[in-house]
Amino acid sequence: MQVESSAQVAEQLAATGYLCDESLATVVFLAGRMQRPLLLEGEPGTGKTALAEALAQVAGVPLLRLQCYEGIDASQALYDWDFPRQVLHLRALEAAGGLGGQGVEEAEKSLYDERFLLARPVLAALQQAPAVLLVDEVDRADDEFEAFLLEVLSTYQVSIPELGTVRAAEPPLVVLTSNRTRELHDALKRRCLYHWVDHPGLEREVEIVRTRLPEVSAALARQVVDVVQQLRGDTGLQKPPGVAETLDWSQALHHLGCAELDLETAARTLGALVKYREDADRVKHALDRLLTT
Amino acid sequence: MTGLDELDQRGGLDQRRAPDEVLLGFTTALRAAGVAVTHDRSAAFLEACAHVGLADPAAVRTAGRSTLCGGPDDLHRFDGVFEAYFDHRAGLPRPRPATPGAPTLTSLPETDADGAGEGDDSDPVRARASDAEVLRHRDVATLSAGEKQRLAAQLARLRFRPPRRRTARHDRWHRGQVDARATVRASLRRLGEPAPIAYRRRGTRPRRVVLLVDVSGSMSGYADALLRVAHRLTHVPDARVETFTVGTRLTHLTRALSVRDPERALVAAGDTVPDWSGGTRLGESLQVFLDRWGRRGLARGAVVVVLSDGWERGDPSLLAEQVRRLRRVAHRVVWVNPHRGKDGYEPVQGGVVAVLPHVDDFLAGHSLATYSELCEVLSRA
Repeated sequence: MQVESSAQVAEQLAATGYLCDESLATVVFLAGRMQRPLLLEGEPGTGKTALAEALAQVAGVPLLRLQCYEGIDASQALYDWDFPRQVLHLRALEAAGGLGGQGVEEAEKSLYDERFLLARPVLAALQQAPAVLLVDEVDRADDEFEAFLLEVLSTYQVSIPELGTVRAAEPPLVVLTSNRTRELHDALKRRCLYHWVDHPGLEREVEIVRTRLPEVSAALARQVVDVVQQLRGDTGLQKPPGVAETLDWSQALHHLGCAELDLETAARTLGALVKYREDADRVKHALDRLLTT
Repeated sequence: MTGLDELDQRGGLDQRRAPDEVLLGFTTALRAAGVAVTHDRSAAFLEACAHVGLADPAAVRTAGRSTLCGGPDDLHRFDGVFEAYFDHRAGLPRPRPATPGAPTLTSLPETDADGAGEGDDSDPVRARASDAEVLRHRDVATLSAGEKQRLAAQLARLRFRPPRRRTARHDRWHRGQVDARATVRASLRRLGEPAPIAYRRRGTRPRRVVLLVDVSGSMSGYADALLRVAHRLTHVPDARVETFTVGTRLTHLTRALSVRDPERALVAAGDTVPDWSGGTRLGESLQVFLDRWGRRGLARGAVVVVLSDGWERGDPSLLAEQVRRLRRVAHRVVWVNPHRGKDGYEPVQGGVVAVLPHVDDFLAGHSLATYSELCEVLSRA
């Protein structure tokens, strides 16, 4: 992605439907310029993953996504040999007339051919660079995996003993997201540009709803965002709604044919907005007050 | 650089100095404020500033936030230092939350006069041994300075075997389920000749332990000992311990306690915690813990230990509600109350009454003996 300023980044992202504030645009700009990974932390549903998707779209490059989970290891992130196919290949050679004298070495070599290599997201990102590599929810993976990531992210190369070193022609843009279920290691954080993604303000969120869901009426969008913003201010909720929930709720209301928010439809569609029974009760009580003021 | 002028108009930059000197000065100030700024972070900050230019203070701020900070706590400090450093019109010095003075070390007395008991006991070894035994059951809030030092030494040797949980992954084992994959691979390694059968069993990993230490005024006599216990548990090999303090607000203390030396760790903890000996808003603190940390995964499947006397200034029903939530995500909830082991104690405080139905274990926590009991309970959890 060739850009000259952070304003240009914001502009290009907006063209894909992702509206970001100035500081996020600056960080993205810096990540591109300094060729450093971007570490995004923040409440769930604030558009961390969506940013990576938008970035890939802007640059017109593939998005490789690595979803982390407990127990993930290098063979799921980097590469693996397709063992069954290798065995099949050997059997096929055997059936085709055995491995004559000098053929043995050839046959062995042919086992570690690129076609038996299963490229997992990180290797794929290096091979297909320029690309956007999204390492999602890195806090779910184990510490050991972090150390491994650190190694790849500092050199942007991977060595496969049988094939040699794969180096990215151009370092991929790496986006790591974390929900802070645990503190990431400092060494990894130091490699990255850190950004805390906050909930957007009223105007921006209305804008987001209008951009993402142009079919929703302006009045409805404003009312929905108004309610959501006030709910976020209420500390009693177990899980305050994120932007993703705002969009879901707006869409749900739109499908029910609402042009303006009314109490009854709002109560019926609450499932799109809050995901806990206690929260639903609380919001139901609050809706009356929120809608009248 | 025209940008310097703008920062200068805000009163921040000294024209006689080079910009990188000024920016590095800022990183030094930030380090002094408690953000872990390393050399490579400073270098990254300078590089980022070179890219965004110095014309726009907001861009410099963002560049600093992204390169020098590593978490939400850092961001808060960063903003404070940024304002103070580049905008010194706005009334300096600023009041900072008071921190308690660092504990001073006095020499360890040979043996305490009233602790020796038997007056004519001439064997110092036996006298010390009996001291240790007496100390085991003494209320830590009533100890003298010398006794506290001996207690600290004993707390640093507290025995703790971290609890373990089963994982989805398997380990090799000499009996149990047949590990078909390993067996076939071993056999392939021998070109298809039969190989010894491999077995496996479900692996285990240390279970996370989360300590929530109440540092409010009513607990001030115990806070030091409890943090020492937390420090000890943190440094047992293989243990996964996270520590928070609760009071009027929630503070993540694991980083401070990760310093190996207990004294330095406690000083670091003292610098980190803003609400020593303040009021108690246990319910709200627990709520913040659950919202920001617990429900997202920190408390899931963990043994959560609340070390508090249950004196709640706020609404006991909120506290009860939060403990109920906590119990739903945690593997086990242990409540440690320093007053429980005392004669004539009845759980009548509003907070304690409210939470008792929702905790798995209710333990005492006023003496060394009770702390080793706590370790036992945790190991079995």
